[in-house]
Amino acid sequence: MSLNQDDVKKVARLARIKLPAEAIPAMITELNGIIKFVEQLQEVDTKGVEPMVRVVTMPLPMRDDRVDYPNLQREVLSNAQEADIAGNRGRYFVVPKVVE
Amino acid sequence: MTKLTELTITAALLGLKTKQFSAAELVADHSAAIIASRSLNAFITETLDSAAERAKISDQKYAAGTAGVLEGIPLGYKDLFCTKGVLTTAASHILDGFKPPYDSTVTARLDAAGSVMMGKLNLDEFAMGSSNETSFYNAVTNPWRRRSDPNTPLVPGGSSGGSASAVTAEMVMGATGTDTGGSIRQPAAFCGLVGFKPSYGRCSRWGVVAFASSLDQAGPMTRSVADAALMFEVMAGFDPLDSTSANLPVPDTRAAVASTDLKGVKIGVPKEYRIDGTNPEIIAMWEEGVRWAKAAGAKILEVTLPHTKYALPTYYVIAPAEASANLARYDGVRYGLRVPAASLDEQYEATRAAGFGAEVKRRILIGTYVLSAGYYDAYYRKAQQVRNLITRDFTEAFTKVDLLLTPTAPSSAFAIGDKTMDAVTMYLNDVFTVPASLAGLPAISIPAKLDSAGLPLGLQLIGRAFDDAMVIRGAAVLEKSAGFTHRPHSIAG
Repeated sequence: MSLNQDDVKKVARLARIKLPAEAIPAMITELNGIIKFVEQLQEVDTKGVEPMVRVVTMPLPMRDDRVDYPNLQREVLSNAQEADIAGNRGRYFVVPKVVE
Repeated sequence: MTKLTELTITAALLGLKTKQFSAAELVADHSAAIIASRSLNAFITETLDSAAERAKISDQKYAAGTAGVLEGIPLGYKDLFCTKGVLTTAASHILDGFKPPYDSTVTARLDAAGSVMMGKLNLDEFAMGSSNETSFYNAVTNPWRRRSDPNTPLVPGGSSGGSASAVTAEMVMGATGTDTGGSIRQPAAFCGLVGFKPSYGRCSRWGVVAFASSLDQAGPMTRSVADAALMFEVMAGFDPLDSTSANLPVPDTRAAVASTDLKGVKIGVPKEYRIDGTNPEIIAMWEEGVRWAKAAGAKILEVTLPHTKYALPTYYVIAPAEASANLARYDGVRYGLRVPAASLDEQYEATRAAGFGAEVKRRILIGTYVLSAGYYDAYYRKAQQVRNLITRDFTEAFTKVDLLLTPTAPSSAFAIGDKTMDAVTMYLNDVFTVPASLAGLPAISIPAKLDSAGLPLGLQLIGRAFDDAMVIRGAAVLEKSAGFTHRPHSIAG
């Protein structure tokens, strides 16, 4: 299998990375180099082999549903480029308008 | 007189306890070394002022008899570990200005043990690379040079390249690294250091910027096996904040470090690691390692790991797939870089286009592709199945042997900007380190000897899951056999 221009545009869109038109030909070559390399896996007989989804065989731990931390809203907002940290309108991240 | 910066952590702790020098002096000498070696570009952020303050506290603790196990020891942290209030970049433009409101568990444990953070160390962007050349903060230089070509700067390896360079150049006594496919062991080999990747689950991933969560593991990079064991015991341990953290006691490695022989230990030599075209100097170094192990009393057995050949292609499906999911969080909304645009979607696309470098974009796109509808089974699921086969190979081998002995890397350090290195060629650097990562096994690189160019080569030992103490024992004995005392000319003077 190999990726064409439409595939590369599609994955760039899915990954939300803007790719200028002039960058696409080189990206096709690079990605196909990697895909060709990983294509070797098709040689391996994996019939009946379980996919490995965890490294350490242990159940995921459960914990009590309780609050362990004080309210860190101010700290959480402090790294945003744009946020209403002062809380004039309710303390939130600011983004371009999403809902018309 | 030996300079304080030349000491191992073990020797420095003894000096501090016996009042031969103060923590303030030790830290001041390392600060001077950091300033003198700035041209290596090992640090992204220096924290020398806070280090000097912290050293005063260490001296008070020694006086009061309340010193921690690493009290007063100058360390550097790979800039993938969150440090409260201190810039944390992952060497990426997209984390511009990010000051975490909390510490990673691993660095918090080191801090609590009394060590002194000298700063945050350079790395490949998001730990994706084998040469430290993908950093937004530019390449790091290896303190070692080829004897015949001392003017060509070499890479320190990667992704923990700043950590390797800083420990080698005696700017810090030890450093944290992280290893996803070899990122502790390969730079340790390139720089003549000890680099230890503990079993997956030993060191908490809490507060470590995520690359590929089923592979990422923190570990120490030091100038001796004893130092690595000391740092490991502090860094490791159960952490409820990491759901894959192993709820097991941290092994006491003192007996392992003190071992002088390998009597009763069976060491396997995997025949599939003898890859056609491997540099003969690497093979000769490996054979010498086998002789050392044998002379120390180990029983040597040839073992087979039939799926070794498929480890790299498996890794280059699984790691990018996990990375594409982990790096989805960089949206320009909550932290780091934001490139404003008219709509939220356009803002995501513009921010991520500007914020990620070329290698990171390649891996996100490959990861997105192998996880996308129609390709998931052919690539991602297939790779997970092969990963299982690779792990079974190890499980089978470890029914016969206690350790595996291999080279760490297929070459010594190469030149910065080497144009023969396309993406796939660069990936081959990890051919000997990736299999143990896929299986979550503990593995260590120790410096074995210099090649004909005068550059360090590393030997790797791989152990059973959670038998970290056996790996340290093997390394401690082979370290004595190797007697590697070489230092780069630029440092030894």
